[in-house]
Amino acid sequence: MANAAAFSGAYVSNLGPSVEGFLLPAGDADGAFFWEGTAQGELRIQKCLSCGHLRHPPRPMCPRCRSVQRGFDVLSGRATVWSYVVPHPPLLAPYSDLAPYNVIVVSLDEDPNLRFVGNLVSGVEGALNEIDPESIRIGEPVKAVFKKFSRADGSEQTLPFWVRAS
Amino acid sequence: MSPAVGFRDATAIAGIAQTEFAKHLEPSEAELACQVIVAACADAGVDVSEVDALCSYTMEATEEVDIARNIGCGEITFFSQIGYGGGAGCGVVGHAAMAVATGQAEVAVAWRARKRGSGPRPWTNTSTQLHVPGQWTRPAGLLRPVDEIAMLTRRYMHDYGATREHLANVATAVRSHANMNPAALMYAKKMSREDYMAARWVSEPLCLFDNCLETDGALACVVVSAERARDLKHPPVYVHAFAQGLPPEHQTMVNFYNDDPLIGPAWACARRLWANADFGPEDVSVAQIYDAFTPLILLSLEGYGFCKRGEAGPFTDDGNLEWGKGSLPVNTSGGGLSEAYVHGFNLINEGVKQMRGTSTAQVESAETCLVTSGEGVPTSALLLRR
Repeated sequence: MANAAAFSGAYVSNLGPSVEGFLLPAGDADGAFFWEGTAQGELRIQKCLSCGHLRHPPRPMCPRCRSVQRGFDVLSGRATVWSYVVPHPPLLAPYSDLAPYNVIVVSLDEDPNLRFVGNLVSGVEGALNEIDPESIRIGEPVKAVFKKFSRADGSEQTLPFWVRAS
Repeated sequence: MSPAVGFRDATAIAGIAQTEFAKHLEPSEAELACQVIVAACADAGVDVSEVDALCSYTMEATEEVDIARNIGCGEITFFSQIGYGGGAGCGVVGHAAMAVATGQAEVAVAWRARKRGSGPRPWTNTSTQLHVPGQWTRPAGLLRPVDEIAMLTRRYMHDYGATREHLANVATAVRSHANMNPAALMYAKKMSREDYMAARWVSEPLCLFDNCLETDGALACVVVSAERARDLKHPPVYVHAFAQGLPPEHQTMVNFYNDDPLIGPAWACARRLWANADFGPEDVSVAQIYDAFTPLILLSLEGYGFCKRGEAGPFTDDGNLEWGKGSLPVNTSGGGLSEAYVHGFNLINEGVKQMRGTSTAQVESAETCLVTSGEGVPTSALLLRR
């Protein structure tokens, strides 16, 4: 069952604190499967168990067939850059230290109309600002990598990042 | 789609008012709201005690109860709030007009009071409740509305060959109108194409001058029946048509998650708006298009049918959006980019001024005005006529 807030019209902000300065998801019932997946090195996407339609961001009901029966597929993690931006200050403190950095939207190979927001990095330990933004091309192939962060309370959170696919 | 024929020209905007616009105003948002509503009633020539409908934005800090007990209303019989920030404005006036047209109320007030100049930037509060949960975008550092719209802009430029020159066309056209408007924050500040190109980045591909101002200010308008309006102080400005738009699988501000992210709410809103109207885009004399960011004007020009998809960039060439020069003068008060950013309500009042013939950049013999609210969020639009 998805959280009650999603039905009442109130929304969850899902951003928790991070010791490394990144905003980290605080988690909610709708998105829990996704973050359980990243912790295992899997990129998951919500799937309607009635009609098979894939959807993101996750939500309680399938807009195609109105079923609330839902699970997930594990994706290949392969995608292409759909668009990107290069934020400059004013930004929130941890991000402003890294600016200018890139944020990308990727289209998934499984269905180009399914997209995720992320960052292009050189590797799992890469920073958001080390790829020359001038070198980023819409349409270039990328693949997901996973980086583990630790919160001050000791809990862990794994975020997906994107590296250039060879 | 059958038109809302009974609504057409049934109501009119009879009064408008605005406070001073500034980076910082001393009075509270509540005080500004009360003052501007009272002033709009005076402009219309109706007594405040006659107000029986109050309409505003869900983001408005002062609710109906506080307005009513401050300004001395009698019995309020209709009140509504519309969500989605800058998408709400025309909807607020539209709901007020529907209340009057259906007989639920006789004197409806719509308003917005906001201290966005001296108050906090909403995006800096990471516990803000977002429509698309922040966990899907914020960790990557996509933090601000400008970043979200820049993402769509980059893709738009890639798909259609639009350039920064086109964005500069928008920014400089709107600024030139502010330079004619003494109430505009940028009245005394000229902007050349070179100024635009030299401005610092905020979120590439958008620079400082692609962003609206940060303003303290308040505006209001008064809607009454067309019949009543004809007996009041000013010539009636008829609410010819109104629409709201929320397309399938739309994701507010981060519309990256559907089949065609560049088709925003403007398209759905426009289909209903033009169905309700007895004229089309080619008959619009002047337009006030929501401009929190310059690319929203490009996307809206296409959505509302002034040009074909992908052609909004070239549509802005040769001063086509400029007063005294182009086929479609836009944001003739200076808009959110250069007059004041009050969630688009100044665009509504400027539309009324154009229809009254009192704009500081008056379009000669203007008969009709399109006013739009924010593209990229569930939106709304009005067609005004003399």
